[in-house]
Amino acid sequence: MITTLTAAEIAAKLRSKEVSAPEVTKAFLDRISTEDAKYGAFLAVDSERAMAQAEDAQKRIEDGTAEPLTGVPVALKDNISTEGIETTCASKILKGYIPPYDATVTAKLKAAGAIIIGKANLDEFAMGSSNENSAYKLAHNPWDLKRTPGGSSGGSTVAVTAELAPLALGSDTGGSIRLPASFCGVVGFKPTYGRCSRYGLVAFASSLDQIGPLARTVEDAALLSNAITGHCNLDSTSLPHGPISLDGLKGGSLKGMRLAFPVEMYGDGTDPEVRKATEKALDDLRSEGAIIEEISIPTIPLGVTTYYIIAPAEASSNLGRFDGVRYGPRSQGQGHIDVVAKTRAEGFGHEVKARIMIGTYALSAGYYDAFYLRAQQVRAAMTQQFNEAFEKYDFVISPTAPVTAFELGALSQDPMQMKLLDYCTIPANMGGFPAISIQAGFAHGLPVGIQLMGPHMGDERVLQAAFAAERVLETQRKRPPIS
Amino acid sequence: MAISLDEVRHVAKLARLDLDEAEVMSLQTELNALLGHFADIQSLETKDLEPILHASNLTNVWSEDVVGTSLKRENALKNAPVSKAGLFLVPMIIED
Repeated sequence: MITTLTAAEIAAKLRSKEVSAPEVTKAFLDRISTEDAKYGAFLAVDSERAMAQAEDAQKRIEDGTAEPLTGVPVALKDNISTEGIETTCASKILKGYIPPYDATVTAKLKAAGAIIIGKANLDEFAMGSSNENSAYKLAHNPWDLKRTPGGSSGGSTVAVTAELAPLALGSDTGGSIRLPASFCGVVGFKPTYGRCSRYGLVAFASSLDQIGPLARTVEDAALLSNAITGHCNLDSTSLPHGPISLDGLKGGSLKGMRLAFPVEMYGDGTDPEVRKATEKALDDLRSEGAIIEEISIPTIPLGVTTYYIIAPAEASSNLGRFDGVRYGPRSQGQGHIDVVAKTRAEGFGHEVKARIMIGTYALSAGYYDAFYLRAQQVRAAMTQQFNEAFEKYDFVISPTAPVTAFELGALSQDPMQMKLLDYCTIPANMGGFPAISIQAGFAHGLPVGIQLMGPHMGDERVLQAAFAAERVLETQRKRPPIS
Repeated sequence: MAISLDEVRHVAKLARLDLDEAEVMSLQTELNALLGHFADIQSLETKDLEPILHASNLTNVWSEDVVGTSLKRENALKNAPVSKAGLFLVPMIIED
């Protein structure tokens, strides 16, 4: 069946003409229309447009101008601009917004001949860790529909896990690609900050946001990374380097690889079963020749607090643009300020309002030095400590999340517990480091992810190491109970 | 350090959020819970550390001063809730 294949397998079958691009796209569209009601992965699907793209892709395959992803469907998180397709960020404040332009990643995928299969569900404006903050609908974990897939890239992750799309793009500000990848047992990769253009990604916290792939294998994640990265002059934080290379992806070995395990990565909230699964994975890697040593990075426990100053501060500024003037619905009121304040109060959900409030408070007169500046100094200290680790070790390894997927609603009364889900993933955003989550094993019958972090611009090496680790941990992987 | 209801209302005004009283109360609780944790980062010695503002280490990124393509006016206005004469129509700012 086409939908069970990986992106690499689909690409091979397209090239050998075993299947055609329209057949592939139709197979996924059909599966979305019969299955997605129970998963909640998609907010918008434009079948007509997708089929038209597939016809074009087929022409390229026939005339020999196809690229690796030509004819392969990709789901896009709905905070990524797609010309002509509604982009809401799962917020009511952008209901009906049809972008007049493509994000750089969207344009690159189109140029590569990939098919935009649909727009994936998320926590409103990517703020959340369970996808429960979507203003439109819940997303459900394919391993157990009562549970969260994680967030904020919940829909993208569910799409690849439930085989509704072979590939998806997410965005990661504090772990929003890697956490759901861990909860759903798939691969999620956040590239080095600046390797993937943020142009057309609706901004949440600009110094932390990065787009990246979700896929079922490391090879697929690498293929998508290659297609979306590279310098872009529409993003002034874009690094002056070419796309993430696929050379050597499969040529790595764990033998002699030096991995640092920061002891602080087991925080207070770590589930003992997750710890057990992590230790088992570490032993498996050791048995293949990896050298794993415990180290200390004392700033790790400060990550969540630091994040909850920096990210809301930047968000409070970025979300200032939603004022009911250029896009979205406008509320009635008396005069400009009242209209704007009512538009925003009615358009934003609770979590978004909370973060705007935290950020506005942290940046307000008298608190800037104590909070924002201080947080940026902690960020500097943390980055320095990780850089020191990368002088002695190839990678930093840790669990991706302290727990496994929890039941929907279980943490809705406990916002602090929800925030701690990103405990292990935040440091990579703070330092801009590349980091990947791959499936390590199981706890309570649910997937557990393991995270590999590398130094700046070490994207290729992280993917290569993850590819080698995936081979070793493969025996622990299973297919989710999907029809 | 705790934030009062009046401070919550003041911050909401700065943030242009017309919150109802129930939201003001719940946000006070949430903000205070988080502020308790903000104290954690005060203990770290950071005197000599330059704050990191973003992670890409780039400064002064320039591009050539050439005319490029831009959105057509009608496309830029397409999503506006109200527009008139090729312009965004904003709510009344100055009284008659």
